[in-house]
Parts: sequence; structure tokens; C-alpha cells
Amino acid sequence: MAQYVLNVNGGTQSLDAQPDMPLLWVLRDLLNLTGTKYGCGMGLCGACTVHIDGSAMRSCQTAISDAAGKQILTIEGLGKNGLHPVQQAWIAEQVPQCGYCQPGQIMSAAALLSAKPYPTDSEIDDAMSGNLCRCATYFRIRNAIHRAAQEMRA
Amino acid sequence: MNPVTTTPGPPQSPKISRRVFLATSAAAGGALVVGLTMRGRFHLGRSAQPETDPFNAWIRIHPDGQTQLVLNKSEMGQGVFTSLPMILAEEAEIDFSKITVVQADNADGTGGSGSVWESYQPLRRAGAQVREVLIAAAARQWGVPASQCRARNSQVTHTPSGRVLSYSALISDARRLPLPDPNTVPLKDPRDFTLLGRSIPHLDIPDKVKGAARFGLDVRLPGMVYAVVAQCPLLRGTLARFDATRAKAVPGVLDVFEIPCKETGGEIAIVATNSWAAMQGRKALNIEWTPGAYHDESTESLDVKLRAGLDAQEYWNWSNTSLNPDTVPAAKRLESIYEFPFLAHATLEPMNNTVWLRDGKCEAWCPTQDGQGAREGIAKILGVPEQNVTVYVTFMGGGFGRRFGGPFDRQAIQVAQRMNRPVQLLWTREDDFTHDGYRPACMHRLRAGMDERGNLVSWTDRIADTSIIGQHDPKQAQSYEVGGAVDTPYPAPHIRVSYVPVDSGVRRGAWRGVEITFNVVAVECFIDELAHLAAEDPYLYRRRLLEKAAVNPGAPGSNFDDRKLADPRHMIQLLDLVTERAGWSKPLGPHRGRGISCFFSKTTYLAQVAEVTVNGANLRVDRVVTVVDPGRVINMNGIRAQIEGAILMGLSAALKERITVRNGSIQQQNFNDYDLLRIPDAPLLETYLIEGGRPPGGIGEPPLALIGPSVGNAIFAATGKRLRKLPFQLDEPTA
Repeated sequence: MAQYVLNVNGGTQSLDAQPDMPLLWVLRDLLNLTGTKYGCGMGLCGACTVHIDGSAMRSCQTAISDAAGKQILTIEGLGKNGLHPVQQAWIAEQVPQCGYCQPGQIMSAAALLSAKPYPTDSEIDDAMSGNLCRCATYFRIRNAIHRAAQEMRA
Repeated sequence: MNPVTTTPGPPQSPKISRRVFLATSAAAGGALVVGLTMRGRFHLGRSAQPETDPFNAWIRIHPDGQTQLVLNKSEMGQGVFTSLPMILAEEAEIDFSKITVVQADNADGTGGSGSVWESYQPLRRAGAQVREVLIAAAARQWGVPASQCRARNSQVTHTPSGRVLSYSALISDARRLPLPDPNTVPLKDPRDFTLLGRSIPHLDIPDKVKGAARFGLDVRLPGMVYAVVAQCPLLRGTLARFDATRAKAVPGVLDVFEIPCKETGGEIAIVATNSWAAMQGRKALNIEWTPGAYHDESTESLDVKLRAGLDAQEYWNWSNTSLNPDTVPAAKRLESIYEFPFLAHATLEPMNNTVWLRDGKCEAWCPTQDGQGAREGIAKILGVPEQNVTVYVTFMGGGFGRRFGGPFDRQAIQVAQRMNRPVQLLWTREDDFTHDGYRPACMHRLRAGMDERGNLVSWTDRIADTSIIGQHDPKQAQSYEVGGAVDTPYPAPHIRVSYVPVDSGVRRGAWRGVEITFNVVAVECFIDELAHLAAEDPYLYRRRLLEKAAVNPGAPGSNFDDRKLADPRHMIQLLDLVTERAGWSKPLGPHRGRGISCFFSKTTYLAQVAEVTVNGANLRVDRVVTVVDPGRVINMNGIRAQIEGAILMGLSAALKERITVRNGSIQQQNFNDYDLLRIPDAPLLETYLIEGGRPPGGIGEPPLALIGPSVGNAIFAATGKRLRKLPFQLDEPTA
């Protein structure tokens, strides 16, 4: 066990954990931030996507020892003042069905839009192809990303 | 805004039954309460006794006008927590924004595309009871005939005088009046509907985009521990021995022990302070498994058995002729074999549940499509009366037929019995892939004969598959295996559809759409083959066959399930519309093609055209145009979401998904070897709804069946290559 200080959603959390414990389980089981989801444990589905220092990362593939000292943002902290434009677009386009993968989808989309404010369809494909949705809401995800891009430009 | 409350955490309200309700309604804040019964097809054979507990869903209208609808259905993304309260609001004339949905404990089975279809009338009747008793209360206050009063938007108006009373002002009077009989209470004329058919945002979506919706895995209880299980990777194998020394040394692991089970041969539970430590503990286990009867099963050996089933003696058949269709005179004949693999559900949230045993009682938080079934199963395992078990149905990360119980229910109870504290049991993704109840593997051999003009004279369809029901009931193995094959819309004077069950060690279960996910693919691709044999356009050929069925509906072979509903003329209208919208006759460039299909299921009509581009080994589905007549539309937003999702899930199956078996083990473990459709593969979807004026039909499953044949037929149009093995692979050698 080792002690770590994590910067999560703008706050500081101090905790003991094994150095190789994935950030996913630290968030879910130690910090009770359950919005970040377990889907595969191998970085294949994107349900566990969070932002680390502003980049979309798979928290199931990120050891706590690598995340310590960096800025971690989860779905719970995405909307600093109310909902993030991506979350608003997700509501406007009525994207979620079961909803389980959507925190990961939203985190990936938010990172895409901060890197590329005007994404083309093929840039959306590239950024979002790591996020699986079994309800297959892809059609609405694409529309919602375009909508969020427009809202953020305005 | 209408919040949706689900209750992970101690229940907000205790289980409500009629007895409790009658005793407490006076104390329950003076609400007007109306009970109703919503029972779907999955309730059959259950032990709940209608005599003593007639109601399982509730409407509570509080004196402030706020209304709760306590729903005994599971919300798994299909939108019933929005569509069902819409039906109530419409019929009861309640302001929709005043309704909150409360998830009932021990919810009834939710599946088969049945929630709207089966709940429409019960909800309308209960809503009408609410409306009429409130109108009666107002009429009494005013001393006027009820016939002079009308309800609208949570208030009653005396039409001649213009006097108005809000529902909230009428609640206490209405509670003292007898409720009208739900079987005779007048229902609204659908022409007066103002809410149904509109596009209403789903009430559960805001929480789902905030990460605040609580799924099964998100349940957190005081002192809770986390468990995973090591279960036999060999089909029907058993646990021989294990050494837990290293596992117990993993930091965070609290206990490692065997949980016995006759059916599965036992598992090993690893309990830890967090999920990851439990998984690490499992990796450190030394286990020996004993192979079972299916130790040498493989996809190849199953293919041999399925193929043998094509010539084996019939187990079951449906026929409209005393002759052998294969030998009646015909100008041209065709035979084709279609092959379908096992499929995994791959819900994004793996199987799990959370159990707390205290004081002889059990509380279980289950992401389940069958709360009542889970409750009955748990009570049986514990040997306690059902009343001692409460199942809280949580949100779930995908249902698709997967969540009708499983070994995880038992495993969680067994672990909780040992640990004396709340336990969350989690199946890893690998557990989930290797211990699913898979969509059956299947083969079809279709044979048809036609006369000189292309009319069908014979149709023979032999289905051999690994039955779902046959696993437990060898006398009913054809149930849930022949739909979509026995009720094809195409008439022929000599039809014989027959079925042969094939044994396998692979466990099977319902997978969204069940048998239509393979039968309709075979039928609609084969019809396309026949159109080409007749040298006719596939759209016009289908149209011609349907016209024949329409002109002489009584003829043998006009085998729509229910003639009143399945009108061949209406299917023709859908085909005409879908081809017009798709630009069917407009030429496409090289390497491109269009495919068409149509289907009727659960009183819903569907027709579809897919456009594909094939470049060498690369296939791209560019555009999918679908016309659907589902009967009455409840929520336009929700129904479109269901259709879009079902089409793309069907496309995932058609292009990507396949479970294989080698040496008696399932080979796919994670998404690296069982990939799903991803966003770059998602085509443009154009979906048109027409309403045929019938009650609502099923929608969650039927659209899934069409995309396979639409795409297969489009590949043929683009390449001249007929693919008959799913998932479609362009490099497949074809006969």
C-alpha cells in the first residue's frame, strides 16, 4: 500500500491504495464516484473514459500511481456550472438509451471538442471509435457532437 | 420536470400491496390511489396470486396534484418510464409534468417488446377511472350532472357555466367515491388524444448524462464488500480442486471459498474490499477443472450436427398441404442453406447484483428484467417466504433478454450468507462473454419451386438449431425457434416448415428478437434469391407475391398469423413507400447496391432498403431507409430511438458478431475478439413512421430482424455474390 493524493474534479483526495490499482476502481470503489463505468477492463470499450490533464484516458488502463498529481476530471465534475454543452447536446438529441456507456461517450466527446472545435464526421469517427454502445445510439451521438460544437462556437 | 426515482439504497416506500394500501391510504397524505394490473407474457406460471394481490402497479394522486405512477416494469433504455406515464396522463387528463415514475419493487418480467403493447389497455382503463371519479367528485360539489363536466390538464370544467376545479381540490372528495369499473369505464376517443404521438424527452436522460443514474454496479451500502467468482471455463465441466494460498495473500482479499452448486459443479468466490482486489485474487488462484460431457464440442462439430439436422426426422412441422412440397411439379427450383452463429448479449454493464441478508430477510439490488422472478428464486435458495425477500430493480446497462436471472443471483446469495455483510457480486467482462445464455446457433435449408411465371408453388423450410426451451422442456423445443419462418407473408399452395432441435453444451437464452434474428434473415434473403431466379426486381417480386395473398387471402399458404392485423395490401403500401423514399430505381455507381426486405411482427409492419458500397474486401453500409407502421405511436422520440438502436444492433450481428467453441470452451473473452458495431460503421438512418390506426404494437425487437437481409441483398446487388453465412464476410467461399 502507498499513499496518494489525487486531484479529482477540482478537489483533493488523499488515500491508500496499491500502486497498480487502476484509477477506474479507485474512483468507483474507494471514492464512490460511480459515474465512471466498468465495461471491459482492457481499454476496449471506453465506458471508463475520464480526462487526465485534459486528455481523454481509459481509467481502467491508468494506474493510480500514474494518475497521482495530475488533474483528473470525471463525468461528475464535467459540468462546472450546470451542464457542460456536450451534456446539454446529449439531452437535446435524446442520446442515451440504457445510458451505461454514456458517461464515457460524453467524456470522449468533450475532449474531442476541446481539441477540435469543428470536428468533421471522420474526426468524430476517429475520436469516438473506442467507445462502444450496445444500444447503438451512434446516430444520435454524431448529431449531438455536431450540435455541441455549434453551441460552443456561438 | 418529472424526476425518475429508482431505489438503490433502502426503499423510499415499503412494498405496496392492496392490503397495505387499504389500511394506510387514509394516513398516506390523503392521496387518491388507483391500483391496476400489468402482466406481460413473462408472468405466466408465476406464483403471485391474483386473488389476494390483484394489483401490481399504482397511481397515487396527492392533494397537491403531484402524481406518482408506481411501475412494475424495468427501464433498460427502451423508454417505458416515459411512454407508460404518457398513456396515463392522456387518459386521466393529468398534466404530464406533474407525474413522477417510481420503480416498483419485485417488478414483473419486462421483455418481448411487450411493455407498451401489453400495458396500453390496463393503463388507459386505470387512467379513465381516475378521470371519471374526479369528474364525479366535481359534479357532486356543483350539484350538476357529470355529463356536463369535462376534464383536461388536471382540472375539471363545468362546461355550461365555465366553473373550474383543479384535481388537487377534488382529491379528498374523490377518495370517498366508488371507482368506476375498469372494464366498463368509457375510454377517450383516440381522435381526442393530445399527448400520445408527440415527441417527449425521456425522463431518465438528465441523470444518465450527469453520471448520476444508479445502475446495479453503482449500488453502495455501508460495510459492503465486493466479490467475483471463478467459474468453470469448460462447457458443463465441474470444479475439481483449488489452492487459495496465493489468492488469500493478495492485498484487500478478505476470503476465498467454494460455493457449491449441483447444476454448475460449483464455483470459487473471492471476496475483497474492492472489485479490483477481488479480480487480482482470482488471478492468483490455482484451479483444476474437470471436463464435462461436452469437453470436445467445437464450432466445427456443431456445424456437422446442425447440417445433419437438415436431413434428420422432423421433430415438429407446420404444413398447409398433404403433398411433399419438394416433389410437386415446378418449372424452376432453388435450394439454399443459411447459417447463423451463437451470439453473446454483451450488455455493457456485466452481470451483477448486490445482496444484504439481515434478520432473516433479504434485500437484493438487481439490474434485472425480471424482479419478481429474482425474488422467487432468492426465496427458494434461502428457504424463506417470498415476503421476506425484496428485490429493488435498478437501472441496467442493457437488457436485450440477458437479464432474466442467472447463476449470479445464487452466487451472490451464497457469498452473502458467508460474509454477514452486504455483498456486491460482479462478473468480469470475461465471465460475461464465456457464461452467457447465447442466441442459438442455427441452420436453415430453404427449398422453393415456382411456375413459368415465377409464382411460388412450393416452399420448404427446414430449421435445425440449438433450442432455448428445449434445454429444459424437450417437448416444446420449437417454441421461440420458428417465428418469422412459419408466418412469412408469402403465399404458396404447398408449404412445409419443419424443425429439428440440436444438442449442445452451450447454454442458450433470449437475445433481443429471439428467433426472428435468424429466421427472417433466411426467409428475406431467400425470397430475394427467388426474385432473381424469376428474373424480376426484388421489390416488384415481393409486391407480386403479396398481391396474390391479398386477392385470395383464404388460399392455403396465405399464412399471416392474424388476418385481421396482417394485411398484405398494407405491406405493399410500405414497400411502395420505402422504395420511393430510397429512390429504389435510381441507378447507383459501381460497387454499390441496394437491398430490400419486409416483415410483420408483434402487429408492427416494417419495410427497409439498405444501400452498400463494396470495394474489394471492404463493405460499407451507407444508408438505411426504413418505413415502420407500429400502430398507435406513444412517444415519437422513444419509438424512433428504439428503431434506430434495433437496426444498428441488428447490423452489428449481421457484420461482426460470432461466438465460437473450441475444445468445449467459449473462445471469445472480451471485445478484442468479439467486437461490436462502432460509430464509424453506423450508416445514415432515415426512418419514416406511419400510423395505421391500430393499438400500439411491439417495437423493441422487430426492426432488428430486417437489417441483415437488407444488407445481404444489397451485397448481392453490388457484387453478384450471395452470402449465406452470418456474420456476412465478403471473402466467404460461396457455393
